Amino acid sequence: MNTESLYALAGIALFVIGVAGFIVQGHLLRKILAFNVAGSGTFLVLVGLGQRGGAADPVPQAMVLTGIIVAVAATAMALALARRLFNKTGEMRLPEKALDD
Amino acid sequence: MIEPIAWLVLLPLCWAALSFVLGPKRGAGLALAGLAIQLMLALAAAQQAAFGHVSRHAAGGWKAPLGIELVLDGLAAVMLLLAQFVSLPLALYARAYFSEHPEGGYYFWPLAGFLIAAMNALFLSGDLFNIYVTLELLGLTAVGLVASAAGTGPLIAALRYLFATLLGSAAYLLGVALLYGTYGSVSLSILTPLVVQNMPNAVIAAASVMLAGLMLKTAIFPFHFWLPPAHGGAPAPVSALLSALVIKASFYLIMRLWLTLFMPATTAAAAQLLGALGAAAILWGSVMALRQERLKMLVAYSTVAQIGYLFLFFPLVTQTPPDAAQSAMQGAVMQAVSHGLAKAAMFAAAGAVVLSTGHDTIARFGGISGRLPLTLFTFGIAGVTLMGLPPSSGFIAKWLLIDAALASRQWGIILVMIVGGLLTAAYVFRVLRHAFLRVEQSYEFRGIPRMLEWPAFALALSSLGLGFYAGDILRLARLP
Repeated sequence: MNTESLYALAGIALFVIGVAGFIVQGHLLRKILAFNVAGSGTFLVLVGLGQRGGAADPVPQAMVLTGIIVAVAATAMALALARRLFNKTGEMRLPEKALDD
Repeated sequence: MIEPIAWLVLLPLCWAALSFVLGPKRGAGLALAGLAIQLMLALAAAQQAAFGHVSRHAAGGWKAPLGIELVLDGLAAVMLLLAQFVSLPLALYARAYFSEHPEGGYYFWPLAGFLIAAMNALFLSGDLFNIYVTLELLGLTAVGLVASAAGTGPLIAALRYLFATLLGSAAYLLGVALLYGTYGSVSLSILTPLVVQNMPNAVIAAASVMLAGLMLKTAIFPFHFWLPPAHGGAPAPVSALLSALVIKASFYLIMRLWLTLFMPATTAAAAQLLGALGAAAILWGSVMALRQERLKMLVAYSTVAQIGYLFLFFPLVTQTPPDAAQSAMQGAVMQAVSHGLAKAAMFAAAGAVVLSTGHDTIARFGGISGRLPLTLFTFGIAGVTLMGLPPSSGFIAKWLLIDAALASRQWGIILVMIVGGLLTAAYVFRVLRHAFLRVEQSYEFRGIPRMLEWPAFALALSSLGLGFYAGDILRLARLP
């Protein structure tokens, strides 16, 4: 198989691993890390599939850069909220049942 | 020459950034001035988009593919009008609300400004990747607004919302990556004819994953788990913004992609599946709303139910006769607009009631009708629109959807809509019944400022009055 398909398959595999971890893991930090793995998988698909006949294509690389920045912002927000939850409840997990305030 | 569509994105970014620097008091004034100008710009944009005219604007003068192109057509113009028209009274309401109840209001103006900027940019985006960026900004600001309330409940709700929205965006981005890999472009106008010509399996995978991600963000059954705690637990102005506008943005994208980019891939089976999910949402959301004890949770579940009506659009527009499809399109757009106006009014009224009585329990609302008549009237009118009684805009929306169902002979949809209307009436009247009970007051009523009641009333009245002026909106919302 050519390099494009290899990158695409690897990217999709990473995405699936990331999403599975995101849904299954209870610990908030692991959820956030899993989301980052899924994001990296997506970026790999974007850059890998987007090659035009072996030559580098600048447009998907620009998109991946933007995506990385977005992922950093999202991760920062998630970490800030997780830390606030830890300060309030002492747990790094979301409670099982919905809280009845 | 002022280009309305460029300024609709730039202006809220400016006042959001300035209000972050200047603080909440001056921020509120800036926001109001900015939103008033934006409303006029949106009206100018609607004029431009009349008669099916599509305008484009290359940001900074740089053309696609490296530049960002903003595209304005009838549907985008309607959504822009909805967003600005709902935001302005909500800003007045929020200013009064946060001066009464400052907790949660410190960063409201910058976050709301970025949210509105993201929404405007989303409605105007002409390429898939720009949509992704605006979707993320929209999600992050919405989560920030939900998390601004004190208490562990809203914090947990905000975290669930954040995870749901991030998962949705990640799925969407994967779809964009697959599409770029297949066709070499992300611009909607370039991709649409290419997909018609040649549609490999990667495109079907991309469509499924993108639509699944957007459905998670729109909180359609069974992905609705994050919505009631988030919308029910946030401060009232935030709930109003989220239920009325943010939800409609991701639905607008599903609609846009379904009708243009993925049209060759849309099968009747997929459309029926979406319709079935919509029906389930209507029934489940309405039943859950009936069972709620807290007012804001009832209104949040009502949002879950009303989103279901939007998803009935898909079986009515896919592979149906042209007049059915046209009615379906106009009905769905009208439903989005009328629900936006009514739900904003309803959450604003709920917030006023909670501030005045100090609690949120429906069963203890006896005696409110004497003390807060305007707010209760607002709630009632908003309920009329949600139920779909004439002459409200909600009636027009449901009439058009039923018209489309009749023309395409889908009787099940008509049944679902009638049952949904009855259940909506049940939960609206439940609140009104408790509020009109004459009981001895067992708690203190706090007087609330006028500005908490009049903007909500204006929104509710406009949802009613839009029923009379629906012609212009319907003309803008025609299928291309």
